[in-house]
Amino acid sequence: MSTEAAIDIDREKGNFSYDTDYEYDAGVGLSKDTVNYITDVKGEDDWVRAFRLKALEIFHSKPLPTHWATKDLENIDFDKFRYYLSKGQQPSRSWDDVPDDIKATFERLGIPEQERAFLAGVEAQFDSEAAYSRMKDELSKEGVIFVGSTEGLKDHPEIFRKYFGKVIPTGDNKFSALNSAVFSGGSFIYIPPGVKVKQPLQAYFRINAENFGQFERTLIIADEGAEVTYMEGCTAPKFETTTLHSAVVELVALKGAKIQYITVQNWSSNVFNLVTKRGLAEEDAEIKWIDCNIGSRLTMKYPGVILKGRGARGEVLSIALAGDGQHQDTGAKMIHAADDTTSNIIAKSISIGEGRSTYRGQVHIPKHLKGCRNNTECDALLINTNSRTDTYPAITVRGNDNSVQHEASVSKVNAEQIFYLMQRGLNEGEAMSLAVNGFINDLVKQFPMEYSVELKRLIDMEMEGSVG
Amino acid sequence: MNDLNIESLNVSIDEKQILKNFSLTIPKGEVHTIMGPNGTGKSTLAKALAGHDDYTIDSGSATMDGEDILAMEVDEVSRAGLFLAFQYPIEIPGVSIANFIRAALSSRLPKGEDIDAVAYYKELYSEMERLGIDRKFTSRSVNEGFSGGEKKRCEILQMAMIKPKYCILDETDSGLDIDALKIVADGVNHMRSEDRGILVITHYQRLLNYIVPDYVHIMMEGRIVKSGDKSLALEVEERGYDWIKEEIAATV
Repeated sequence: MSTEAAIDIDREKGNFSYDTDYEYDAGVGLSKDTVNYITDVKGEDDWVRAFRLKALEIFHSKPLPTHWATKDLENIDFDKFRYYLSKGQQPSRSWDDVPDDIKATFERLGIPEQERAFLAGVEAQFDSEAAYSRMKDELSKEGVIFVGSTEGLKDHPEIFRKYFGKVIPTGDNKFSALNSAVFSGGSFIYIPPGVKVKQPLQAYFRINAENFGQFERTLIIADEGAEVTYMEGCTAPKFETTTLHSAVVELVALKGAKIQYITVQNWSSNVFNLVTKRGLAEEDAEIKWIDCNIGSRLTMKYPGVILKGRGARGEVLSIALAGDGQHQDTGAKMIHAADDTTSNIIAKSISIGEGRSTYRGQVHIPKHLKGCRNNTECDALLINTNSRTDTYPAITVRGNDNSVQHEASVSKVNAEQIFYLMQRGLNEGEAMSLAVNGFINDLVKQFPMEYSVELKRLIDMEMEGSVG
Repeated sequence: MNDLNIESLNVSIDEKQILKNFSLTIPKGEVHTIMGPNGTGKSTLAKALAGHDDYTIDSGSATMDGEDILAMEVDEVSRAGLFLAFQYPIEIPGVSIANFIRAALSSRLPKGEDIDAVAYYKELYSEMERLGIDRKFTSRSVNEGFSGGEKKRCEILQMAMIKPKYCILDETDSGLDIDALKIVADGVNHMRSEDRGILVITHYQRLLNYIVPDYVHIMMEGRIVKSGDKSLALEVEERGYDWIKEEIAATV
């Protein structure tokens, strides 16, 4: 078929790295010394050191979850990674103060343009630490806090400590324990009662170094009646060796608050992306995860919401695209813990070539609750007969006053569709891209404009690369 | 040179020969019709010219304004100027008609250039009006849940927007009631031009009451066996195909 790349895009957008001299380097491998080094460099309080060391013990004591997850996890050699790298920079408040090599990276990725165009605040993390962090002045005046987690711990311990590790306990899983031991970077956000942040806050996570593990830790608290949208983007260059990204993200929506968390990640295909994300929704609060996973070697991620207060709402909209040699193991968790709580899960996966998608869902509504509702839809699209998709929905609904709906479908982009589209002039890549975008269209319509454009672009890129 | 020229084309599918030394020339400015019984290779001709993978070209040639289209990919044939109105238009879930036609037009532009959105919608709405298609259709998914008549009108809409040099309409009239048939025929007649050649493949003479062809060809067993003007179509309607078969048998 046609080999002409008709979509004129820079498909190597994230695939570059600059040689960088790191002032602080925890070295290769993971031990108590590594953890102590990180905590020393950061000048953390004793309770943080104790928290980290305890987490390291838990990490070592927990087996890999290969009894239910892929054996590919066994190929992660934890002794080969570097766990902390930084230039020792404080996050700059002015773009001009960002070190030149880091600035060049983010300029190439288009960060400053995005900030000017539509964001209320930006944080840009380079390997282990934030290099740039800035928020519009009017938001600081209203008491909004948006800083890196390192700064958050130092400057706002009274709020940080109250919620930190409460939604996702250290021992939740092996990788949340790992993150708790060596976390660095990520965002700390606090929105005061009643403050509605209209424009999104964005963080951009960039891995620059080889054999590196990025372990950002994000904590977002929306106080009563507050609203915020947070978006994260991620890239890494294509190195020969594997890279590990293992984040923990905790959200807390107090009474009547709304948090929307959007991820569009485009990891290169050597990245193990093992992320734990969960939110806690109090009375009448709403937490919505929009999660788009493109790229990586293996992604395991199941954003969840604990619906703790009466009338709380939780939603996960997820799109996963597994290209050749990639495995997207994604899904959602909805834990209903109060009456009249509702949850909605819509998951769409696309598998191309040898790509593999797995959906894992967990919906739990205990017997004593009333008026709870869940809707789960998972649709899979296969392109090419070698691709594979599995669905493991675990829905536990007890009691007579609760309702649940579950629908699943698998469809294929067929040769006649591609022929029809090509007969109208589209080359094979464009034809597949249009079919894939059609498949996810009803979901993408719910995304903010800028992100649906970005997602479409990434899919075009992926489809263009998959033919030919 | 200014024609769609098919010479001694032999085409097979799964090693079964369908087109047998098929030859036909359609100069720009003319409308030709192919009629024939079921299974005689009419749709094979359309799909083989469009470059469908399932069809193997065993020998022969097909050129469009002198350009060899058999050597081209499906999308290249399309952009070179051949449009195929499908007998069974395909559903593309989630892709709106407006975006679909826009993508088709964009594929014809040089890299980096984009469609002027205002002019595009103006033209789209005016063509839709001519074809009696409600404006709400622009946001509906391509062919999904359309009635037979809606699908066929949508094919003609695409043809009108793309403005190909040569059009092949593969049984566009099948499954249409008389009102839809008239609208589709009007759409095709509107496309008639000195700069365009049109091939109408049909089972039924009734379409030719509305699209009056310059030539009518009867196709049997993979090739054209008899050609004439519109009166030939009327004769077929009246007498069926058997008399032509007998005629051929007699001349062999």
